[in-house]
Amino acid sequence: MVSVRVNGQERSFDGDPSMPLMWYLRDELGLTGTKFGCGVALCGACTVHLDGEAIRACSIAMADVAGKSVVTIEGLDPKGEHPVQVAWRNVSVPQCGYCQAGQIMQAAALLAKTPAPTDKQIDEAMYGNICRCGCYQRIHVAVRNASKGA
Amino acid sequence: MTHHRNQHDVAIANVSRRKLLKGIAGTGAFVIAAQFPAVRQAMAYATGAGAMAHGVVTNPSVFVAIAKDGTVSIVAHRAEMGTGAARTSLPMIVADEMDADWTRVRIVQSPGDEETYGNQDTDGSRSVRHFIQPMRQIGASVRKMLEQAAAKQLGVDDKDVVAQFHEVVHTPSGRKLGYGEVAEIAAKLAVPAPDTLRMKKAADFRYIGKGGVTIVDLHDITTGKATYGQDITLPGMLFAVIARSPVVEGKVMTYDATATMKVPGVVKVVKIDPTPPPAAFSPLGGVAVIAKNTWAAMKGREALKITWDNGPNANFDSVSYKAQLEAVVRKPGRLERNEGDAEAALASAAKKVTAEYYSPHIAHATMEPPAATARRNDGKWEIWTSVQSPGGARDDIAKRLNVDAKNVTLHNALLGGGFGRKSKWDFAIEAVLLSKAMDGAPVKVVWTREDDIRHDFYHTVTAERLEAGLDKDNKVVAWRHRSAAPSFMANFKPDPKFPGEIELGMGFVDTPFNVPNIRLESGEAQSHVRVGWFRSVNNVAHAWAIQSFVAEIAHELGRDPKDMLLELIGPPRIVPAPEKATTAWWDYGEPHDVYPVDTGRLRKVAELAAEKAGWGRQLPKGRGLGIAAHRSFVTYMATVVEVAVDDKGNIAVPRVDTAIDCGFCVNPERVRSQIEGAAVMGLALAKYGEITLKNGAVEQSNFNDYQVVRHDEAPAVTNTHIVEHGLDVPSSGVGEPGVPPFAPALCNAIFAATGKRIRRLPIGNQLA
Repeated sequence: MVSVRVNGQERSFDGDPSMPLMWYLRDELGLTGTKFGCGVALCGACTVHLDGEAIRACSIAMADVAGKSVVTIEGLDPKGEHPVQVAWRNVSVPQCGYCQAGQIMQAAALLAKTPAPTDKQIDEAMYGNICRCGCYQRIHVAVRNASKGA
Repeated sequence: MTHHRNQHDVAIANVSRRKLLKGIAGTGAFVIAAQFPAVRQAMAYATGAGAMAHGVVTNPSVFVAIAKDGTVSIVAHRAEMGTGAARTSLPMIVADEMDADWTRVRIVQSPGDEETYGNQDTDGSRSVRHFIQPMRQIGASVRKMLEQAAAKQLGVDDKDVVAQFHEVVHTPSGRKLGYGEVAEIAAKLAVPAPDTLRMKKAADFRYIGKGGVTIVDLHDITTGKATYGQDITLPGMLFAVIARSPVVEGKVMTYDATATMKVPGVVKVVKIDPTPPPAAFSPLGGVAVIAKNTWAAMKGREALKITWDNGPNANFDSVSYKAQLEAVVRKPGRLERNEGDAEAALASAAKKVTAEYYSPHIAHATMEPPAATARRNDGKWEIWTSVQSPGGARDDIAKRLNVDAKNVTLHNALLGGGFGRKSKWDFAIEAVLLSKAMDGAPVKVVWTREDDIRHDFYHTVTAERLEAGLDKDNKVVAWRHRSAAPSFMANFKPDPKFPGEIELGMGFVDTPFNVPNIRLESGEAQSHVRVGWFRSVNNVAHAWAIQSFVAEIAHELGRDPKDMLLELIGPPRIVPAPEKATTAWWDYGEPHDVYPVDTGRLRKVAELAAEKAGWGRQLPKGRGLGIAAHRSFVTYMATVVEVAVDDKGNIAVPRVDTAIDCGFCVNPERVRSQIEGAAVMGLALAKYGEITLKNGAVEQSNFNDYQVVRHDEAPAVTNTHIVEHGLDVPSSGVGEPGVPPFAPALCNAIFAATGKRIRRLPIGNQLA
């Protein structure tokens, strides 16, 4: 039995403890905002916050999140008004949109730690999040706009 | 479809952008003019839309419903894969032409049903090109009906009322009725004859051409609520992954699922037989593992022991195939276009320039790997997936199941990228087969990234040889271009081993150069993988070779590449359909008189991109500018890339300037996003894109060995320069045309920066 807090709610899971957090969120809890992109931490589409850190939910087992707190895109802000989400909408970042929840979660974690990142810090933080539509230019602008350095 | 409407039910709470509804009948609002379908169309110009399957539907009752509170529901009948065309731009055209307030518009995604909605094949950059006129007609019809209804309700003359921004105003008295207040009467009126419609003038548009409307799914996407095929969740749903034959045409000889069945959660193992070629979009042979969650299915798949019969492609090797294709283009091929006498002109040329180019198979790698869910209930099938052609998929699935298409409903979710991959619905057929094996229980087939990279319908591999003959004044007087690439037509008929007219029509037989002697030949090339179409298709290879070669000629002559390009394009003129073309001039299925090959427009984008990029400006060492111009999908595009190459051969792209002429531009904001994205995709395929095969199997598997461009290496700034036109210049699409000019502009910039000429893609470590 694994106990984990997801978006502020206590949950318990008695399935396969080797199941990655991503499949638990998607298949068991129906929290499909966390996307499946590669399964091996290469694309960032499944990025969530684990005790405040941006992590790839596809590559951490349920056994390893026991007692921890997970925040997904659905729980980032009750009204979807997190400064990163607002910045994303203000510059119309998304095209297909599939990777954007992961991008937003990554950017939110960056700005929580580094409120005024340099361009290089944004590059480094966002490097692991692939966007195949190629929205990077706008992602970069949105992260900067949401930061204190904007 | 179901009952049309309940006139007393004005609840619109069930109209959700997130829910997949059965068309507009589910809105509970007044469906406009259900009884009187419009049959004629009010087109100012002809397009190829009519020749597409099921053509165009302009009946407002199919597309528009208005609730008593004034909420307007507009159907999005095409697939939304990120261009914004399906769910934002087309409905926005309807809304503008009916003078609705966009903030009071809700979008209803249609199911796959072309008989009702018209062609839904979202491909070929056709959505705006084919549907700007029908959508305007629908909007104008509704506007007129609302005016007539208001006049009737107020007991006044039709000519004294005018619809203005969600209200109908009686001009003499100033009395107003909201759209919702007149909808019930409007719904009973006949659709006005198309020739009585009063279309807006461009100056009266509120939304069209302005770029002020954001995509309708923006909030849902940024809050994780947007739903894609991978996200479909049904009660009691099972999850499946499939071990597919590593080699196309391969099949399962034996398999042992003993260990698989011991994995907790695994429910069933099902063998899938391959379809012999031509297999169209049939599933590959393999073994499916069905389980209670995706993870269990994946673990079960790992535990399978399968012996494969790899079939006739078991020895295919992409390295030897490359050599084979290159040998093909060194010999005469099948004649596709012939003007003058290029052979003689080459033989007598004062100078000759020759170059060969090779570009490999590439994978689409949409961010959302393919997925589909199917279920059968009382003999009726329902499928939830993300496909570019929902109507085509639904009809094909009905045929395969041998049931009436009316018993098959295909709900199309958002597509997490399409790029041509999701034009092929093999994954939806897999879901149906597996649900059938489970007595109709809902089964979701999940493709992993490895499945996606290894079992794609790949962008074709191409070898090209170009030869130019110059006279004593250094004018290009002869042009011979040979191209060899396996054809995607091998999916649909016995491998023709030569490209079809669609493939040849993409930047090859329509070469617009002003050269007196032109000879174009294609070479024999057999297909050993599933070849598909990838965003802008054969234009990618053709434009890369031709536009690189132009810069090579310029270098040979010590001339400026932009001047050379403009000289080859020649003076502004309409290029006639080549008389001696042995291949039909497809030209994207459009009438030549409406969408001619206009070299004036091609020149203009080349000049505009060059001017905006500051062509000729001084650059520090290791930096260079490159230019390329290419017309594809009847849109004109030119790109100038600025590249910086360091002493280790690493490439950075500080700036891109792209000029685009897509006729009358409906949504400039989304045009910009497409151009920005095309630069990233163009850079990805130029830098990294390569699928290789050994013993018939794909060697790449995930984003580690099939790399794409990431945040830090993406072009820092892509500037989009749109050539402005009025409604008199027919609109064309933008999803694809941005890609072809990028790679040649980049390679030309690399040459300017380093003196190294790239003749084989991807660039990889060639600059190291």
